[in-house]
Amino acid sequence: MSWEPKIVGFLCNWCSYRGADLAGTSRIHFAPNVKVIRVPCSTRVEPSFVIKAFQSGADGVLILGCHPGDCHYIEGNYKTMRRVPLLKKMLKQFGIEPERVRLDWVSASEGQKYATVVNEMTEKVRELGPFNANNGEGQHGKN
Amino acid sequence: MAKIKLALYWASSCGGCEIAQLQIGEKLLKLIEAADIVFWPVAIDVKYKDVEAMPEKSIDVCLFNGAIRTSEQEHMAKMLRDKSKTMIAYGACANYGGIPGLGNLYNREMIFDRAYFETQSTDNEKKVTPQTSIDVPEGKLSLPEFYDTVKSLPQTVDVDFIIPGCPPEEKTTWLALEALIQNKLPPKGSIISHNVKAVCDDCPRTKNEKKVKKFYRPFEIESDPEVCLLEQGILCAGVATAGGCGAPCPKANMPCTGCYGPVKGVTDQGVHFLGAVASIIDSTDPEEIAKIIDDIADPAGTFYRYSLPDSMLRRAKV
Repeated sequence: MSWEPKIVGFLCNWCSYRGADLAGTSRIHFAPNVKVIRVPCSTRVEPSFVIKAFQSGADGVLILGCHPGDCHYIEGNYKTMRRVPLLKKMLKQFGIEPERVRLDWVSASEGQKYATVVNEMTEKVRELGPFNANNGEGQHGKN
Repeated sequence: MAKIKLALYWASSCGGCEIAQLQIGEKLLKLIEAADIVFWPVAIDVKYKDVEAMPEKSIDVCLFNGAIRTSEQEHMAKMLRDKSKTMIAYGACANYGGIPGLGNLYNREMIFDRAYFETQSTDNEKKVTPQTSIDVPEGKLSLPEFYDTVKSLPQTVDVDFIIPGCPPEEKTTWLALEALIQNKLPPKGSIISHNVKAVCDDCPRTKNEKKVKKFYRPFEIESDPEVCLLEQGILCAGVATAGGCGAPCPKANMPCTGCYGPVKGVTDQGVHFLGAVASIIDSTDPEEIAKIIDDIADPAGTFYRYSLPDSMLRRAKV
């Protein structure tokens, strides 16, 4: 079987998860590669969740939240907006392409945008190839 | 009562742990009253073969400091584990990989290239790098293998207790040694330290709301000695680091760098610290946020100063 990108999608309950719902009920076709995990707010996604996703076999991580200013919890998504770039900067030092993590804003009415983001992300990760977690093993085998 | 047989060993470390062990001062005499030191390369002349000749589990307690970087260190860790009833990881390198663990951002080849060819002070015309063995007229000479990846002691052998710190504070060392002398060691797996939630709980600085527009390295700013360093934009790891040390670094105007390991309930200290730091950035504009993040020159080295091998990622893909 040929390799297919596995992407973990953390979707905020109030906007993006409903946007994804709308994409489905609107019969929009989009890539089936994102495995959705519903979270109360995009800021619930601690940076460690992203690393855990990679460790568990994900090739990419998509974090979607309400548009800035629209957060159900007033300012949760602003925290996400600060964390993700710093995390990406650090992941780069670990040899992990920053493009494997994407943060975007999808509202409950943006079914089409959800589909577009998912398609773009899937293609990006397909370009980058499998993540190949090395689980602490160096290139000289177990040592 | 028979004297406790104590072994002390150093692996990939700087020697600071030995100094920390001696820092207990005259309490050392109390230790000597209760314990015989059977192996301590820094201070007494006992050879590896003497340790090899010791029966299994004949050493009561081994204090092991340093990370595992070479085959020799791995061999000694396994041998001392076999010979010791209780194995204690002493200091940040043994516990979490420590400073040598930052080598996990590179591999052996990159480290050798840097150390033996590239540094300005290197003069190595014949391009010699350490080999594991070489034939000379007198016979075969060998060196331990240098591994790609640094490991902590618990990643190498079964460890009974952890004494945190880089190096452990005198009071932490004595807490463990006193428990040892009185035969009152805590349950297996315990971290032996004064049980304080975070370094912030020990830190006397006043703490208010944290909102940061710019991050500074300690030399770039004259900090207010009364106010939380993180609030002033200095990357202080106190929020992500277990207390028990007494916060000597913030008290001396230097940020905590995280040597006592993660706060309770956290497995990955670095990424926890990263999340805390990012959250206090005072901006809602992506461009300004990017600019503020630019101030943090080396996130991996800052957040994982002592805990890279023990982190979820353990090493970089190179």
